[in-house]
Amino acid sequence: MTPDKIFVTLGGLAAIAFIVWFFWMVKKPGVKAALSSSGYQELMVLVKGGYTPDVIVVEKGKPVRLNFVRAESASCSEMVMIPDFNKSAKLPEGETVPVEFMADKAGEFEFQCQMGMLRGKLIVE
Amino acid sequence: MEIDSQNAFAKREHMGQTFYFCSQSCVENFDADPHRYASVVPSATTGIAADTSGPLRIALPVGGLQKYGGPALEGALRALSGVSKVTANAKESRVFVEYDPSWVSVADLLDAVRGAGFNVSGQTLRLKVSGLYCAECVARIEDAVKAVPGVLDATMNAATNEVKVEYSPIIGDLGQLTKAVENAGPYKATRAAEASEPEMDKEAEATEREYRSLMRKWWFGAAVGAPTMILSFPWLFPVLRDWFPRESPQLIYLWYAMGVASLAVLIYSGNQFFTGAWDALKHRSANMHTLIALGTGVAWLYSTVALLFPQIFPEGGFTEVYYDVTVVVTALVVLGLAMELKAKGRTSEAIKKLIGLQAKTARVVRDGQEVDIPVEEVLVNDIVVVRPGEKIPVDGDVIEGQSAVDESMITGESLPVSKKVGDEVIGATINKTGSFKFRATKVGKDTALSNIIRLVQDAQGSKVPIQRIVDQVSAYFTPSVMILATIGFVIWYDFGPSPALTYALIVAVTTLIIACPCALGMATPMSLTTGIGLGAQNGILIRSGDALQAAEKLNAIILDKTGTITVGKPSLTDVVLALGQNEADVLRLAASVERSSEHPLALAIVEGAQARGIKLSNVETFDAIPGHGVSATVEGRRVLIGNLKLMNREGIALGDLEEKSKALADDGKTPMYVALDNKAAGIIAVADTVKEDSKTAIAALKKMGQEVVMITGDNERTANAIARQVGVDRVMAEVLPQDKAFNVQKLQLEGKKVAMVGDGINDAPALAQADIGMAIGTGTDVAIEASDITLIKGSLMGVVTAIQLSRATMRNVYQNLVGAFIYNTAGLPIALGALYPFFGILLSPLLAALAMSFSSVTVIGNANRLKKWKPAS
Repeated sequence: MTPDKIFVTLGGLAAIAFIVWFFWMVKKPGVKAALSSSGYQELMVLVKGGYTPDVIVVEKGKPVRLNFVRAESASCSEMVMIPDFNKSAKLPEGETVPVEFMADKAGEFEFQCQMGMLRGKLIVE
Repeated sequence: MEIDSQNAFAKREHMGQTFYFCSQSCVENFDADPHRYASVVPSATTGIAADTSGPLRIALPVGGLQKYGGPALEGALRALSGVSKVTANAKESRVFVEYDPSWVSVADLLDAVRGAGFNVSGQTLRLKVSGLYCAECVARIEDAVKAVPGVLDATMNAATNEVKVEYSPIIGDLGQLTKAVENAGPYKATRAAEASEPEMDKEAEATEREYRSLMRKWWFGAAVGAPTMILSFPWLFPVLRDWFPRESPQLIYLWYAMGVASLAVLIYSGNQFFTGAWDALKHRSANMHTLIALGTGVAWLYSTVALLFPQIFPEGGFTEVYYDVTVVVTALVVLGLAMELKAKGRTSEAIKKLIGLQAKTARVVRDGQEVDIPVEEVLVNDIVVVRPGEKIPVDGDVIEGQSAVDESMITGESLPVSKKVGDEVIGATINKTGSFKFRATKVGKDTALSNIIRLVQDAQGSKVPIQRIVDQVSAYFTPSVMILATIGFVIWYDFGPSPALTYALIVAVTTLIIACPCALGMATPMSLTTGIGLGAQNGILIRSGDALQAAEKLNAIILDKTGTITVGKPSLTDVVLALGQNEADVLRLAASVERSSEHPLALAIVEGAQARGIKLSNVETFDAIPGHGVSATVEGRRVLIGNLKLMNREGIALGDLEEKSKALADDGKTPMYVALDNKAAGIIAVADTVKEDSKTAIAALKKMGQEVVMITGDNERTANAIARQVGVDRVMAEVLPQDKAFNVQKLQLEGKKVAMVGDGINDAPALAQADIGMAIGTGTDVAIEASDITLIKGSLMGVVTAIQLSRATMRNVYQNLVGAFIYNTAGLPIALGALYPFFGILLSPLLAALAMSFSSVTVIGNANRLKKWKPAS
């Protein structure tokens, strides 16, 4: 093997290690939804290339209202779905769209765009 | 807002009052019309407490309220001080509260309801308010609106000048709302347009805008792409060959120009890939944008570095540029996105159609006059007038007149349905022939149409179970592709033919570009959206993707007898006469007697007689004999109606009537003897009749390979008689309502996937137990909780259609999934050069871009194909 091949091979391995670490190994901290005066656990979620925050923690047994704001025009994210609670909403660009549901079961659930490109996690505890 | 008189910007006196102002604009507002401000009635802002003493009564709409939840909710509300009386009504989903407003506010009540685990689902409307002059107006208007009885919450958005009012539909009087706002200050309030349709329009506009922008990007990319592609290979074209020979300085200049042009394409046409990739990266995730951005970015960077610093590459002096890859890939993927957008719009047409069904105005009787009002202002118990050809605005019961109504848009039933006094009409259906008045029973969010829209929307957002597996895959998909591309690069560099760097680069870029996570991700949602929308158009409401997938796998259908196979109401079927008797006489006398009885069978006889145009007489004496029947005198004649025991007791000879009665009973009918003046006159038989198309539907189900079972509480004989009539082989008779669920389970233990079809009233547990619970809805009660599938039209044919639809949809889902999987699993190895050692084939990145764009368009196209599906007869 010539030095350049060794260099490329090592570089490739390093790149793979980085991809694995970057996308899969790091656990994201969750954000807890605040209990608002209306009795809902409310949280704003920014939709732009992903959901911010993308790990949301709510309490079981109380209604949840997630206010989605979509700040991009790519059609991929135009719908948000919370399949485990049978909820979905169209997100017109720049508008706040509340999605309300009852957090009546505990566990980890996903919310995502229609194609599953953007994902977030909803933890009910 | 209190303004300190010392620091006030200006001061005005008007009608004995002194006003202080905070700013120039406030003064100008005042000067324009000072009288408006002086006439403010201050007491209006203090709200209801001032002029009401004693408890107030409010009805709070509560979501998720079931019968068993009532006591818990009542307890939670009663625990508040100031609440004197609470009654929860699960059927209407409301709780009635009497409370003292000086102790406890509506907000407290709402908190208590939510704390007990229920949703408060009021109706909302928006008021447009003009005349705001200072910052504190917002709070003042909110307070004024909140003080109106029946209002649950009010929030004002100062940017749009709109107040969103959440109110309880029972008390909500819109006139009071605007009055309250106007009394609170110099404001003018009007009802803002309802969100539904304009919002849809806005959405369509946004899609259209996005589409146009993508198309502009495509044309720019294509315009640069075509010459770039040709000029990348000048030695293939006769004239260009001479102009730009290899390694000539002209060629280098041409490449410089192409580098600049392709950068422009990346920036203008491809910017969404780079911003999208960056945004995703910030979330430590990767998507299609990441792959495209990486692919095109690497190709451009390599080309540029190779062009500017050829000396750093070991092959020495060799340069090759890939600007064509950058430009063409960007252009093609953008075109793919645009086509995807167009096709996707079509999948959600069903819901747009449903929303478009909503009537805009209603003609309502107010203060004895017919007035046209926006449909949102119709209140429960309003009397609505409908003329021929008009749309029925809301749900209600007919109280005057009769007509035929086209309900096809809601139930899928193509023939007009006749409506008379007492019948239910559904909002958004079209009145055909006569004009009538009806009392509104459900308005706003509660109408059948609104429920259907909500149900369909929710279902379209759910998932087919198989999608969960796909999701697991796609969560790892994009980073895996990046890893594969890296591996490909290394292998081709280390072991590939010369020039190794070029091959390695092409392989890596092609791999990144050919992978299409979108096709995979869209495969099921597109079909699901189309399938559920189709169902709604045919009167079949599918609650979720789970239900859709389960319905496909069914192999046994349990049908409830009463109300499902049969009409659910007894009617007069036979009149058998003894020798020398006249049918009109027997029926007239019997019906006249039965009019005094309250038995449901008696009602059937009366209705039967009336249907035959027989005029009834008055009863002179009437005597009910428990366990036997009745004896009465009509028109001076003694009439006996009852069973065999009655006839025996009275010593009446029956002759061959007894035989005939047995035969009727064997057919599942209920025969009753009639005797006139102590002589047997005949038999009147009453039975619950089978719905018209039950037999056809059951035959169709059997043909589809389903085992059809009938379940009923009736005795074996009646049950078998009905089963014979409709062609059911297996009967579960004498099953108590509470045992139905157990019987469903018994069938499931035989290893079958069972659907239970019932009316959802007393068989809710059985519906829940079954793999699929199907509720046969009647008219406006469409949101039946326990069911997975609701059939709006009362016909059993709906079961057939539902199963056919679920099969068609799931087939479409599988086609899409298999297509997307094969595409990706075949495309990636080819891109990596798996065919090269054997056939010398290496995929061009341009072909990869083409394949990637069209794979997602194909998936959507296939889902749209499903729209042509029609229920087979």
